[in-house]
Amino acid sequence: MIAFRESVEAMIPALRRYARALTRDADIADDLVQDTLVRALRSERLFLGGDVRSWLYTILTNLNKNRRRSLARRPQFMPLLDNNPDASGTEAEGRDIAKAMATLVDDQRAVLLLVMLEGLSYREVADIQGVPIGTVMSRLARARAHVKAVLEGERPALRRVK
Amino acid sequence: MIDPKIPVTEDELHAYVDNELPAERRGDVEAWLATHPDCAERVQGWREMADALHARYDRVADEVVPKRLELERLVSRPRQWLYGTAAAVLAAFVGGGGVGWVARGITATPSAIQSLTSDALDAHRLYVVEVRHPVEVPGSERDHLQTWLTKRCGWDVRAPKLDASGLKLVGGRLLPGPTGPASFFMYESASGERYTLYASRSKAGSAQMRYTAAENSGAMYWSEDDVSYVLSGPMDKEKLHRVARQVYDQNEKGG
Repeated sequence: MIAFRESVEAMIPALRRYARALTRDADIADDLVQDTLVRALRSERLFLGGDVRSWLYTILTNLNKNRRRSLARRPQFMPLLDNNPDASGTEAEGRDIAKAMATLVDDQRAVLLLVMLEGLSYREVADIQGVPIGTVMSRLARARAHVKAVLEGERPALRRVK
Repeated sequence: MIDPKIPVTEDELHAYVDNELPAERRGDVEAWLATHPDCAERVQGWREMADALHARYDRVADEVVPKRLELERLVSRPRQWLYGTAAAVLAAFVGGGGVGWVARGITATPSAIQSLTSDALDAHRLYVVEVRHPVEVPGSERDHLQTWLTKRCGWDVRAPKLDASGLKLVGGRLLPGPTGPASFFMYESASGERYTLYASRSKAGSAQMRYTAAENSGAMYWSEDDVSYVLSGPMDKEKLHRVARQVYDQNEKGG
């Protein structure tokens, strides 16, 4: 049980990173992580071994889906990303990638982040999303193509600002 | 050299970037990329995408974890007062002891009873370690202690007799509670294990007994007649429940 808690604890930084990238909001992200941890601890006895890491990502991914689903019933507003011309190159790039990620559909965003940011295998992502590996691969390919197109469409605009 | 009969597919390019490609095929893909600049450019683009993500978000993983995400905290004061089912599991009702503990009175305002319980646990931890001055009035002056606390607290304060559980009254003291004074009794077993009983007026809470634990102490808490009780002691739920039940039974008879 102590080993279980320790492996959950060790995952908190990575879960926060994933949640932040998923939601682009520090508070919502930490809420998600908190709910994930609470669920994990609650289900401690139900956890019969296996990979704690994948399991935590699964809980978080599902909780985010539920959150988005309940949000979808309400009017949405997107935070305006300020185009601060003084921002350094990396900051501007950081905003670009975050903005591009936001334009993805949920399942594709999750695949892309789990693979590219969290370094999970296709197999693990397939288990997390409950889909065949082929679906993960096509989601990943589409997500990459989409993000690339958005990034390429955005760059000239940014140059003009400078 | 690459066999033109086995062209590299788009899937393979992705798998290559993500280290999912079988080792024996990596060389083929690398050779392919050397002769297909368009593919090489796409692969490079994906790598930059990953780099950008890491540049943007890795610092989140390096941040100090906020206090509210500490596991110890989540176990002891769960946010899921909002989630009924979760609270039911964590603040688990002691198995088998539930018969007769019918919920009555006002529905709990969880935050109020929760903060009262946390106050009680704080007081417990503060005073149980005290060797010379654990209490203001010693247990040998039980009658005086009860009269005094009743006068100050405003309800009939009784120090339950817990000898059946091997617990002797060490004494008691007056404490500030969330909405007024609180009474506080300390008990001790032959082996030096200490229990405390904290009571304060509170409209919140139900007669249903709940368990919580924090930092090596456990607590059973419940309410009756507008007074909330928190029995704190060791984390052993069974033991706590036995003692709490005794307290409850005596309050029933007394009231």
